[in-house]
Amino acid sequence: MAAIYSLYIINKSGGLIFYKDYGSKGRMDTNDSLRVASLWHSMHAISQQLSPTLGCSGIELLEADTFDLHCFQSLTGTKFFVVCEPGTQHMEALLKVVYELYTDYVLKNPFYEMEMPIRCELFDINLTQAIQKDRVALLGR
Amino acid sequence: MAPAAPRTGEAIFASVERVNAELFTLTYGAIVRQLLTDLEEVEEVNKQLDQMGYNIGIRLIDEFLAKSNVSRCVDFKETAEVIAKVGFKMFLGVTASVTNWDAEGTCCSIVLEDNPLVDFVELPDTCQGLYYCNILSGVVRGALEMVSMKTEVTWIRDMLRGDDAYELQVKLLKQVPEEYPYKDDE
Repeated sequence: MAAIYSLYIINKSGGLIFYKDYGSKGRMDTNDSLRVASLWHSMHAISQQLSPTLGCSGIELLEADTFDLHCFQSLTGTKFFVVCEPGTQHMEALLKVVYELYTDYVLKNPFYEMEMPIRCELFDINLTQAIQKDRVALLGR
Repeated sequence: MAPAAPRTGEAIFASVERVNAELFTLTYGAIVRQLLTDLEEVEEVNKQLDQMGYNIGIRLIDEFLAKSNVSRCVDFKETAEVIAKVGFKMFLGVTASVTNWDAEGTCCSIVLEDNPLVDFVELPDTCQGLYYCNILSGVVRGALEMVSMKTEVTWIRDMLRGDDAYELQVKLLKQVPEEYPYKDDE
């Protein structure tokens, strides 16, 4: 079964505003997750500059031996990325769903301050549901 | 490839959650009324509405992008069309048209024939300087700022002031480049 290891959201200046891990593999402490987030932010920016194709929007997928990293950047500059088992499918779709949940349950929360860490219960609940649904869909194949 | 960007907001409008239009109109009216009581000066109310709109706009843009499947626009002309045809439809349920382009293509007017915000409104004599819908200009300004376009949005025509339509002038001041401006040699 394909598994999602963790999910990150970084704001447009590279700060980690949301981190959640699923399952035992690749679990990280707060410092490490912050490091991964800012590292990814910089690598993403560098890749945009180095890319030979014009108007490149940055790395979308990083494939390693032990994990895949799928990244989605919205036009406003917020990045969403998941770390998952190599070869996991439908991650782009999942990231789109996470983006929609973010607009519904984070940005519409009047007590959420823009660019700050996300602490919204409704977002957590709906995110868990979305990820579980995704897992069920993957299992059912 | 991303799916083709929608040319109208009909489908999205049908799929998003909606509230009763009258409830919306009356709630907005109550807000404006309260602002007039609190701030007393009409000019201050205009400013406050614009600021409220801006705060809405910087958040609402993400919802728009997430749910409309609109991809990056090639130029400001396309941006204006998308706002009028998709944006207004998605959030207000009305369609606007884009006219009055200037020669450089940086300034245009968005004309609203129908405006749900003003359904039951008449401006009293004491509020003649009020831009009742000033929240909308703030929303447009805030939303565009988040996708790196600095704009100035002003009301040109307002039916509450006796004109024949609602006309919102959008002027592109500056397009902020998205590349990181951290160059060592500068």
